[in-house]
Amino acid sequence: MSDAGIQLQCRLPLADFVLKADLQLPGRGVTALFGPSGSGKTSLLRCVAGLARPAGRVEINGECWQDDGRGVFLPTHRRPLGYVFQEASLFAHLSVRANLEFGMKRIAAAERKVGWDAAVELLGIGHLLDRGTAALSGGERQRVAIARALLTSPQLLLMDEPLAALDSRRKQEILPYLERLHDELATPILYVSHSPDEVARLADHMVLLEQGKVVACGPTAELLARLDLPLALDEDAAVLVDTQVVGHDEDYQLTRLGFPGGVIKVTRKALDVGKRARLKIQARDVSIALTGECRSSIVNRLPARVVGFGDAAHPAQCLVRLDAGGTPLLARITRLSKEQLELREGLPVVAQIKSVALLA
Amino acid sequence: MELTPEDWSAVRLTLELSTLVTVLLLIIGTPIAWWLARTRSRLRGVIGAVVSLPIVLPPTVLGFYLLVLMGPQGAVGRFTEALGLGRLPFTFTGLVVASIIYSLPFVVQPIQNAFMAMGDRPLEVAATLRASPLATFFTVTLPLARPGFITAAILGFAHTVGEFGVVLMIGGNIPDKTRVISMQIYNHVEAMEYGQAHGLAAGLLAFSFIVLLGLYAVGGRNALGGSR
Repeated sequence: MSDAGIQLQCRLPLADFVLKADLQLPGRGVTALFGPSGSGKTSLLRCVAGLARPAGRVEINGECWQDDGRGVFLPTHRRPLGYVFQEASLFAHLSVRANLEFGMKRIAAAERKVGWDAAVELLGIGHLLDRGTAALSGGERQRVAIARALLTSPQLLLMDEPLAALDSRRKQEILPYLERLHDELATPILYVSHSPDEVARLADHMVLLEQGKVVACGPTAELLARLDLPLALDEDAAVLVDTQVVGHDEDYQLTRLGFPGGVIKVTRKALDVGKRARLKIQARDVSIALTGECRSSIVNRLPARVVGFGDAAHPAQCLVRLDAGGTPLLARITRLSKEQLELREGLPVVAQIKSVALLA
Repeated sequence: MELTPEDWSAVRLTLELSTLVTVLLLIIGTPIAWWLARTRSRLRGVIGAVVSLPIVLPPTVLGFYLLVLMGPQGAVGRFTEALGLGRLPFTFTGLVVASIIYSLPFVVQPIQNAFMAMGDRPLEVAATLRASPLATFFTVTLPLARPGFITAAILGFAHTVGEFGVVLMIGGNIPDKTRVISMQIYNHVEAMEYGQAHGLAAGLLAFSFIVLLGLYAVGGRNALGGSR
């Protein structure tokens, strides 16, 4: 029963278009609902929560929340979910502690799977408990809101752009907490975002929405590397590479990360050998050489094969999809270079990676 | 300028009337304000206008129609007689009913504004935290709308204390039953007892000033975010 995942069939007329979704999502991990502003992401989340009433069916890990066929529609307060709104919506008339208790005291003690201490520790809000909400910073409010949602021990956590209202410093402050949620909780999370960076860091799975329609749905790494999706046109187009620490080079203070396509060296990280590490490689940081012999300061040079071409945002540029031992890479180069190098599908090349970002 | 026993009786009656009317208005006005704040019904405009009528209507007009309605030929009059309650005009009960209608907009509007200013979000948040609609009303809506309720209670009370035209039309001038302060002032002036009139009038003036002062204090706190 618990492996049934999340099944969503929704049809909801909105102001500019009709939101239509028929999705089968994994019942664990983080699934990002991704798309531009006004694409229906938040509306879809509200449908799952019962805050909007679509036509259709909502089933979460075997539990039916809505089924028009059988006339079932659970009101929001009877759905075991947690919801984190875009702006932290704490109750202004209650202290931080009372805000946290508001949902928790409404569920039976036997159903409390997330303990008070665990939630308070996970989000680092112990020192805020006896304060009023007005004195909190934006980041603190959002952490309290997340803890408040967790304390209802939800079977599904819905997060509507929880970082959107925060400046980039606050974002960096909260992201590690969200990564811990992902790593330490078994609760599946639906995470609305329009930030490719957040999605790359947090999501295992993603749903791409545009004008109320599902454009694509699948594992994040797979979707990010596709040339036919609007993601590729983004200035920050990037791929994810899952690697494992294979060793350290103490002389040069480098860490070697291995994946089927080869080894990538990064500046020395405090990671044990064997530990998994996810890298984000932006298309703009990958260039292409025809041979591996040319001398260059770039450390990471991987043998790869050209598998396809796509458009980039600027007409002077194009995207080249490469295959490095089965792992897709994207390189954004000028169309001029593409002509001069006579790139074509199947051509063996060397991918020169100028920089990578270690995500988790 | 000493207040006579008749004056004190009028003061006591006025306070009794205003307190009772305020309590009843908060009970009656809250669901009306809730409905007006949240409905998408087309009737919203009509009901809103009806509730607000006493703000613009001369009290004598309102009092006249109430007198007709509650009289022996009126629909309400026949109804109350059929119930064995007798007729309402020239009774304290009649004054209560009339005052409720007369002061209704002064109670409904502040509460309605507080509900509207709050928006849907706190209610949605409460629902995602497993609170039923009823629990949400008592644990979220009421506390968040508290400044609106305080304003409503003060305005409703003060407005009832100050009414004259409606009382004149519906209640008359019966000692211990319908003779409120504003009536008594009128009696003193009629009798050329200016000293007596001063005693009561100055009291009402001071009372009104203090009420408004309190109101602005509440409003000021509200403007600062409404949080404690």
